[in-house]
This record gives sequence, C-alpha cells and structure tokens, in this order.
Amino acid sequence: MSIEALIAEEQPESFAFTAANEKEIKRILAKYPPERKASAVMPLLDLAQRQHDNWIPMAAIEEIAKRLDMAKIRVLEVASFYTMFNLKPVGRYFLQLCGTTPCMLRGSDDVTRCIKDKLGIASGETTPDGQFSLLEVECLGACVNAPIVQVNDDFYEDLDYDSTARLLEALAAGKPPAPGSVAGRQGSQSAAGPTSLAGLKPKKARTARKARHA
Amino acid sequence: MLDDKDRIFTNIYGWGDAMLAGARSRGDWDNTAAILARGHDAIIEEVKASGLRGRGGAGFPTGLKWSFMPKEVGARPHYLVVNADESEPGTCKDRDILRHEPHKLLEGCVVAGFAMRAQAAYIYIRGEFVNEAKVLQAAIDEAYEAGLLGKDAAGSGWPFDIYLHRGAGAYICGEETALLESLEGRKGQPRLKPPFPAGVGLYGSPTTINNVESIAVAPTILRRGGSWFAGLGKENNTGTKLFCISGHVNNPCNVEEEMGIPLRELLEKHAGGVRGGWNNLLAVIPGGSSTPLITREVCATMTMDFDALKEAGTGLGTAGIIVMDKSTDIVRAISRISYFYKHESCGQCTPCREGTGWMFRMMDRMVRGEAEAHEIDTLWEVTKQVEGHTICALGDAAAWPIQGLIRHFRPELERRIAARAAVVRAAE
Repeated sequence: MSIEALIAEEQPESFAFTAANEKEIKRILAKYPPERKASAVMPLLDLAQRQHDNWIPMAAIEEIAKRLDMAKIRVLEVASFYTMFNLKPVGRYFLQLCGTTPCMLRGSDDVTRCIKDKLGIASGETTPDGQFSLLEVECLGACVNAPIVQVNDDFYEDLDYDSTARLLEALAAGKPPAPGSVAGRQGSQSAAGPTSLAGLKPKKARTARKARHA
Repeated sequence: MLDDKDRIFTNIYGWGDAMLAGARSRGDWDNTAAILARGHDAIIEEVKASGLRGRGGAGFPTGLKWSFMPKEVGARPHYLVVNADESEPGTCKDRDILRHEPHKLLEGCVVAGFAMRAQAAYIYIRGEFVNEAKVLQAAIDEAYEAGLLGKDAAGSGWPFDIYLHRGAGAYICGEETALLESLEGRKGQPRLKPPFPAGVGLYGSPTTINNVESIAVAPTILRRGGSWFAGLGKENNTGTKLFCISGHVNNPCNVEEEMGIPLRELLEKHAGGVRGGWNNLLAVIPGGSSTPLITREVCATMTMDFDALKEAGTGLGTAGIIVMDKSTDIVRAISRISYFYKHESCGQCTPCREGTGWMFRMMDRMVRGEAEAHEIDTLWEVTKQVEGHTICALGDAAAWPIQGLIRHFRPELERRIAARAAVVRAAE
C-alpha cells in the first residue's frame, strides 16, 4: 500500500501537546538514556494519537520529530510501520476484529457477519455517522478466549453472533460493558470450572459478568 | 497430573490480588536479598541446573544464555530486556502473567538482571495489551514505593530499575533483534547476527532478551532449587510450562502443567477434550502457528516437550496448542496463517517479503482448488526457497505450516483441485 493511502487528506494546521501530556512526556523521556531520545518515538506517537481522537495528524509527526531530534521521515516511517498508529480518522469505537486461525476456528466469521448485518461495514470501513470503524487485525494474543474484538483499548472475548449484537447495541447506547469474556468466564480458566488450583479458588469468585452488573 | 504444590503460577486465573500484597502472600519478594547474596554466578549455575529452556519458542537453555553476558561490566552498561510482545497465533500465556502475576516477572527481572550484572531492564509489551500494561505499570510503581526496585533493590544493595515500553502492533518485534530496533525508536527489522545481543545489544551494550515466562519462573526456581524444577518433566525437557489450548476443544483454557505431559491427557483433563470426542480430531498445531501440524494418529502418543515434538517434525514452540476437529477447512486454516505471515513480514529480506505474499496467494487458490496438481510441488519448492534464506525466522515460520499441510494433507489439496476442474469441465 502506498504511504498516501494511509494518510488523511484533510490535516489540521498545527498540533500541540496538552499540559498534562507535557508532564507525561517528561516521565517517558526519563526512561531512556538522554542521548537515546528516539526510543521515545512510539510512546509519543501513542500519546499524540490518544490526545487527537485516535489518529495522528502530520503536524504531530513534525512536532515529535522536533522534540526527539529525529528527521520527520524517520518518525513517519515508524508511524506507518506499526499497525496501531492511525494516520487518518477512525470511528469513535474502533473495532479491531481478530481473524487469525485460532479466532477463525471459534467463529470469528460470525462476528464479522454480525458487524456487517448490524452496522453495514466491512474491514477498513467506517459507519456514515462516524461512530464505528472496523478493521480485521492479526492475532490479538487471547486465543483461548476466542473470538475477540478489541474496542479501542478493551478486549471483548468469547464472542458469538448474538453476544456481538448485544455488544454493538451497548456501544451505540454509549454504555460500553466491562471488558473481558462476554460469557462471564474469568480470565483464561476453563468455562467448566477450574481443573487446577481448585483449592485456591475463592468460593465467591468475581466474574466479569458479576462485576459488570455490580 | 502436576500437583498444585508444584505449580509456580498460583494466581494465573486472577482469582487473587495481583498487586503487591497479594503477591507477597503467594511468596513473591520473600527475602529476595538472600537470593542475590548467593552471587551472580551461583544464580546462573542454579538456573542451569534446573534445565530451564527458554519459554519464548526456541527452547534455548536459559542459564547458558545468561552466562554469555560479559563477566565484567565495561564501559557500556548491561541490559536485561523482557520480551512481552506475545503475538504468535495460539499463544496467550504471557498475558496471564502480566495481568495476574506481574510481581513474579518483576522479581524475576531483579534476580536475572543481577545474575547478568545488569542494573536496568526494559519490558517490551505488545501495544494491544493496554490493560495488561496498566496492571504491570501499577506493579512497577508499587515495587518502587516498597523499595523493591530503585537504588537498593529489595535491600540487596544492588541498584535496579525496570522500565515498561509499549509496542504498537508488529508481530516481528517478538524477534529479539527487531525488538531492540523498535526499542531504539526504529522500524522493527531484525539485525544480522553476529554480533549477538550479549555482545552488542540495546544501545550497543551487552543485552540478554528473555521471554516473560522464562524470567517469571526464575525466583521460584531459586527458592525451591534447580533440582526441584529438574525433577519435573523429562530429561532435557524439565519443569512446568504454561500451555494455551485453543480451537476445537470443549473448554479452551490456559493451564500450567508438567513438561512432557501426553497431549491427549492435557486436552482431556483440562480442556474438556476434543469437541465431538477424540475420534473427531483432525489435526493439532502444537506450539503456535509456525509449528507444522500433526495428525490425530501422531497426537495419540505425542508428549508435549521440545524433543518429542521436534522428532515428529514439528515443535513445542510457545506451547500454544491449536486444536482442529473434522469440521475444519484445513486448507483455509493454514491459508489464514499464511496471510498472517504475509501481513507481518517486515519487508527487509526479499525471500520473505516476496515469498510470504506469493505463498499466501497460492494458498488462497488452493482453498478453492483453483490450481493445477503440479503446483503443489511448486508451492513446496517455494517454501524451501524461503526457509533458511532470511535474516530472522519469520521466513521459516511462514514456510513450515504449509510444509506440514502438504506433508499430511496432500490428498485433500488434490481432491479440491480435481473437484474444481470437474466443475470447470462441466461448465464448458
């Protein structure tokens, strides 16, 4: 894909970090040797993206390049290499659906179909109202809780067609449910109950589902 | 089955408090200074004696790896780098350590870092693990507050800092030198070796990169002794291991078990068995997506350890077990893995950059049978041209699953090609 296709056509003229993020930048820079400031490029890109509606404008690329004494092209190179950096706007809820084999085996096709049915979008598309974007991504690293959709920062796990529909409704209503297994399973334990460490399991385990209704 | 008393990760499911108070109640940070007082080399010897082999996929002996670090600190500081860029399809064990047992990892960093004469560790966590990174950062913060990190780590007199660095979505950064490139602020493209990181690593300094699980088990090994760990599992394949069981089992889960456990026992005791019963099993990918699949006949007697799986032409890898029952479109399942590697190729080496795309496009045709029978041999040949001809193992990882498919399911590929040809003939 050409670099132009990744970058938004409409760009704001300027970008400045907020005062709170300036403090955060100081904290980030302290992690690396002073002469190795370029190490902070990914954290600063992340910070800019979080500040700017989940996408990074070119003005922020320039600002970060200046801060870290890097050539602008080096920052852009990093921003375009790593898939989590968005160089053009995404919806308020950025749905990243894992479609890699472990999720595929557990029904990620049904999740894709549900999103198409309910929102009318396929991978790479955004709803006309700007509420939802969908992107099929590669393995999210939660394979025993497949299939998974990452909504902005949060993983929703153990999905099927119906639970995806409920998730989308809750998001549309502005009420994101607690992240984790939508089936109420805690972490990566077997859905049938513990097969190890049983003696350590608290009698009243807090499950994701209970936590949500609490 | 492994006894609970021999399990290292007792909070792996997050039933208890992941933070410092809970961790201490599970024995973490218990007199860490006494472990460090044994000295750098004694720690390395104990880890060598445990037989621990790296848990990130390659299975290289951990103690031996630590011993490659220079014995004297020269002009450049030593670094420990923890690879928490868990991204191999089928693998989700480190996630549970990061979110539910973060202090085992942090204490392991102090112990391992001290052993290799490092005073700082960077933990590189995959960017998608936002919530896991929050837990880990909170654990780091409270460890500093409690004096377990900092100028006098855990009262040992050894200064030690831990810094968390988040990635941003690139599987290749799980390759250790790509990870270092990324940590230095560049695209994650692997470096040529030599020089090896133990000589020239992060910022040109001596560096050891270890998987999360390898580091997190170290404090327990040092408390209970290398001989305890070595007494579990099999010779040359010792200790306990976190297994991830995904795909077509009744109850997918993560579980800590003994190395060398029979695959069938593992699936049936912990994951509720294969969906539809053992006879409904088609194939298993035993160690993350890059390891070639094995068929039910092989699975029946397979044990889960490095050597047995290697002998069967596959590998333990990360112990991410992907189970596929007879409903699986096996060609599509492998084709999707080919797409993964095409997507994640960093583009540096031509055989991988071009080959992963080429292999995926061919696999995509094979799913529908849109090929000639002789192209199966062409595909095999291309996998052999990619394998071993790239800087890092991503090219190999892309080639192996296809080789496994052709080795075990060639008749299925031929059947699809014949069926498609028949449809085309009928239409003419």
